[in-house]
Amino acid sequence: MRTAFAALLASISLLTVVEPAVAEPNGPRANLPQLEEEVMCPVCGTLLGLSRAPAAERQRAFIRGLIRKGRSEDQIKAALVAEYGPQVLALPEDEDTDVFVYLVPLLGLIGGAILVLIAAISWRRKAERELPEVEGPSGPEAERLDRDLDRFGP
Amino acid sequence: MNLKTTVVTVLVLGLLGFLAWGLADSQGEGLEPGGEVPVETLETLPPGGKGSLADYRGQWVLMNVWASWCIPCRDESPALERFGRRHGDRVTVLGVDTRDLSTDALGFIEEFGLTYPQLRDPDGSYADALETTGVPESFLISPSGQLIRRLRGPFASAPEITRFSAPALRPAGGVRSGGAG
Repeated sequence: MRTAFAALLASISLLTVVEPAVAEPNGPRANLPQLEEEVMCPVCGTLLGLSRAPAAERQRAFIRGLIRKGRSEDQIKAALVAEYGPQVLALPEDEDTDVFVYLVPLLGLIGGAILVLIAAISWRRKAERELPEVEGPSGPEAERLDRDLDRFGP
Repeated sequence: MNLKTTVVTVLVLGLLGFLAWGLADSQGEGLEPGGEVPVETLETLPPGGKGSLADYRGQWVLMNVWASWCIPCRDESPALERFGRRHGDRVTVLGVDTRDLSTDALGFIEEFGLTYPQLRDPDGSYADALETTGVPESFLISPSGQLIRRLRGPFASAPEITRFSAPALRPAGGVRSGGAG
C-alpha cells in the first residue's frame, strides 16, 4: 500500500515537472484567433482572419494541427514561413526597404500638420485684415464718455 | 507664389508622382505571346532538388500552375497526366504548385498519380512573375523559351489540352521527335 502510494506520488510529481515542458516548449501556447491577426492569407492579400478562401482554410487547418501539437507562436510562424515564404507574416521584416512602410505615413502626417498650420495662420491673418476699423467717439461725445467713466469707473 | 501655394503644389505633385509610380509598377512589362517566359529556380516536388523552366530549354513545355486547394485543378489534373503520358515525346508537362502547403501538394500528386515533373512556388513569386491572375493557368512554351499561348482557368476537356498544344504537336513543332507527328 505504501509502495503504491509512493509510486502515485512520484508519478504526480513527475507530471508536474514534465507537462509544462511538453505543452510549452518555446514560450506561451499559441492560439488561432491571435495568429489569424498576425499572418497573411497566401492568396488573398489580406490578414488570414479576414479570409474564408479555400487556401486560407487549409492554412488554418495547418495552424490548428501545430497548435494541437503544442507548438508555440514563434514555432508556428517559422513553420508558415517555411511553407509560404516570409511574406506570410503580416508585419514587415526589419530590412532597409521596409523603412518606407513606417516613413511614408509619418511624412504624410507631418505634411498634413504643416498644411493645417499654414492654413490656420493664413485664415487668422485674413480675419485680422478683414476686421472693420471702428472709430472712437470724438468731441462732446468723448468728453461725456470720460465723465461717465470717471463717475462709474473703479 | 506665396508659401502656402508652394507647399500645396509640391504636395499635389508628390501625390501625382506616387500615383504614376504605382500605376507603372502594377502594369509591369507584360507577358505576351512571343515574349520570353520568366525563369526562376524553385524546389522540386517531392522535395530534395531544384529545378526551373530553363531545364527544359530545347523542348516544348506545357506549364501548368496549380494548387491543391483549387477545385478546377482537381478536375484538369487527370487529363494533363493522360496528355503527358500520350505526348511526352513532344511536349513536357511541367507542374508549378503555388501558394500551397507542401503536404497538401504531395497528397494531391499522389491522389491523382501525377508523374510529370513538379516545381514548388511557395510564396507565389513565380506565379506573380508569370502574371497569373489565379489558378489554374497554363502556358505553352516554345523550345526557345517563348510564350506561345496561355490559358487563364482550367481546360474544359482533354481535347482542349490537345488543341491548346497544337503548335507543339504539329510535325514541324516537336523538336525532339525530329519532325514526326
